Amino acid sequence: MARPHSTLLVVAGLAAASVSAQAAIPESLVPPQQTWSFDGPLGRFDQGSLQRGFMVYDRICSTCHGMKSLTYNDLRGIGMTQQAITDLAHSKMIAGPPDVTGQPTMRPGLPDDHFRSPFPSDAAAAAVMGGVAPPDQSRLAAIQPHGADWLYAFLTGYKMPPPAGAPMVPGKLYNDWVDGHLIGMPPPLMNGMIQYPDGTPATVEQQARDVTTFLVWASDPHRNERHRIGVSTVLYLLFLLGLAIAWKLKTWKRAKAQ
Amino acid sequence: MKTPDNTGECSTPASTGSGLTGWIDRRLPVVSAFRAEYIDFRMPRNLNWLWNFGAILTVVLLLMLATGTFLAMNYTPTSAGAFASVEAIDRQLSGGWLLRAMHMTGANLFLAALYIHLFRGLYYGSYKAPREILWLTGLILLVMVMATAFAGYMLPWGQMSYWGADVITKAVGAVPLIGATLEHVLTGSDHLGDVFLHRFFVLHFLLAFLVVAVVGLHVAAVHFSGSNNPLGIEPKTKKDTLTFHPYYTTKDLVGLLVFALVFSALMFFWPGILTEAANYAPADPMHTPADIEPEWYFLPYYGLLQSVPSKFGGLVVSAASLLVLFALPWLDRSPVRSARFRPICRVGLFGLVAAFVLLAAAGKHHAEGGWMLVGRLAGLYYFAYFLVLLPLASRIEKTRPLPSSIAAATQGDA
Repeated sequence: MARPHSTLLVVAGLAAASVSAQAAIPESLVPPQQTWSFDGPLGRFDQGSLQRGFMVYDRICSTCHGMKSLTYNDLRGIGMTQQAITDLAHSKMIAGPPDVTGQPTMRPGLPDDHFRSPFPSDAAAAAVMGGVAPPDQSRLAAIQPHGADWLYAFLTGYKMPPPAGAPMVPGKLYNDWVDGHLIGMPPPLMNGMIQYPDGTPATVEQQARDVTTFLVWASDPHRNERHRIGVSTVLYLLFLLGLAIAWKLKTWKRAKAQ
Repeated sequence: MKTPDNTGECSTPASTGSGLTGWIDRRLPVVSAFRAEYIDFRMPRNLNWLWNFGAILTVVLLLMLATGTFLAMNYTPTSAGAFASVEAIDRQLSGGWLLRAMHMTGANLFLAALYIHLFRGLYYGSYKAPREILWLTGLILLVMVMATAFAGYMLPWGQMSYWGADVITKAVGAVPLIGATLEHVLTGSDHLGDVFLHRFFVLHFLLAFLVVAVVGLHVAAVHFSGSNNPLGIEPKTKKDTLTFHPYYTTKDLVGLLVFALVFSALMFFWPGILTEAANYAPADPMHTPADIEPEWYFLPYYGLLQSVPSKFGGLVVSAASLLVLFALPWLDRSPVRSARFRPICRVGLFGLVAAFVLLAAAGKHHAEGGWMLVGRLAGLYYFAYFLVLLPLASRIEKTRPLPSSIAAATQGDA
């Protein structure tokens, strides 16, 4: 553009060019549309998929990604029992208060604790993970354009070896669905690397579907309840509206006489 | 209707009833005032559905105060704690997600209803004598509600909160001479942090309750001057009017329920239409988002801000787009109020709505490429409508004949 317009935007643009902390994807990379049970105004999460997805998150994703907005108790939302939640929390060691000599201590987690973060801070994570901290996953599915479809496409989009002619950088891997097709994160899922207790075959595609479902739930945990309350609220309001319209018509008949 | 018993020692004309209400009413006539203003109050008989939005706005305002109070009890106004506290409201506080969803949907639909209410005033000439003060208090409310909405949007301290604040405080900093001081007054320190957030939390709260006070003035003004109506002619006889209750109470109830249905549909089924997903990422001063965009209700002003090739110029033009509305009663001198009888103004006004929408579209596209031209032309038309077309139309427009009375016109309709 020839005219120097709003300087703010120029400043913003420069700042955006100099820093790119997160692997943003350009709008042109539209992932193929998948069918999800939770899509649409009445969609509902599949509880089995949520529980399998949490297993994938807990065993694999959480070794690098935090999900610090959630507490273990929130997992009641995917149908976990209180006992299972307490046991899970107890299995996580969380930093406690310093002891009498000032030494750091660890304690078993409690259901009210927030999910344990894999790194003490973003800076520490960036230092270990090649300069970029793995993004927190609490709202990842909401923030990421094309949310669930992108997550699924990304998790199943690694190509090894990369296609002919693709750029190669040591320490980076090829993925169809990231900007520039290069990413430092190694492919997280492998066929049969976990075993689902419900007997579902743990293919890469199945794990990707399940963990995507779990991540969408994490970013919008009250969706089932919201849709359920929404339906009854709308039905109730429609009933009231019918009464109100009848009352209004009856009243306004008299207005003609006035 | 019973004639009020007025034989007591009290000279208040409408002291009604016996017992406790009568006792109170003879000392502070709240009961008779309510009866006079909300039951027996005479309204023009021809009000259409656009007149529902006053009642709708009142109800949404009460909803905002109620939900906001409980949200504030669980909110931490510090840059380190704000985002986490909003997440906790959404996730761990029992029913918190619903409370917050109502507040967010309410904010959006408050502004939407306000724009419709404003359009109704423009279309039916409700700003003309004797309703200038009604119009001015309404505009003050618009500005106050915008400020409240902006302050409220800062509070979750997400990426859009932070960078929206950054754009606005820097725009204020572009004011010549006093800009730096003004910017410092807004931010409270040399960066956007705790002081700024705490300040805007208090402002959000304070402004919300000041809005209630000005609504009081606004409602008092409409009860003094009486409602305008789609014909824009004053009621002359009792035949032109109906009592507020039961006629407009029942009509307002229907309008409110339809509005509540739209509200519920958006809140329960399509919340993504109104929320900016990018604001679910916590504020990060080191990482500018690729696309900084205000909420939809500020887009037309953002469009103006960006269509002007100077930061200060853009600020002046955006502010002027609101200020020009304050001068409207004196720019439009035509004695005919309703656009129904004003062929030029009617077309011009639909053009104004189109210009407003185009400015929003230009704002959404950051006035880049062709949108720059669209934004400038729309901006030009916006001001030309108020400063050229309306004053000129008062002289040259051939208005259609006005009906002799509201009753005569409505009987004709039916």
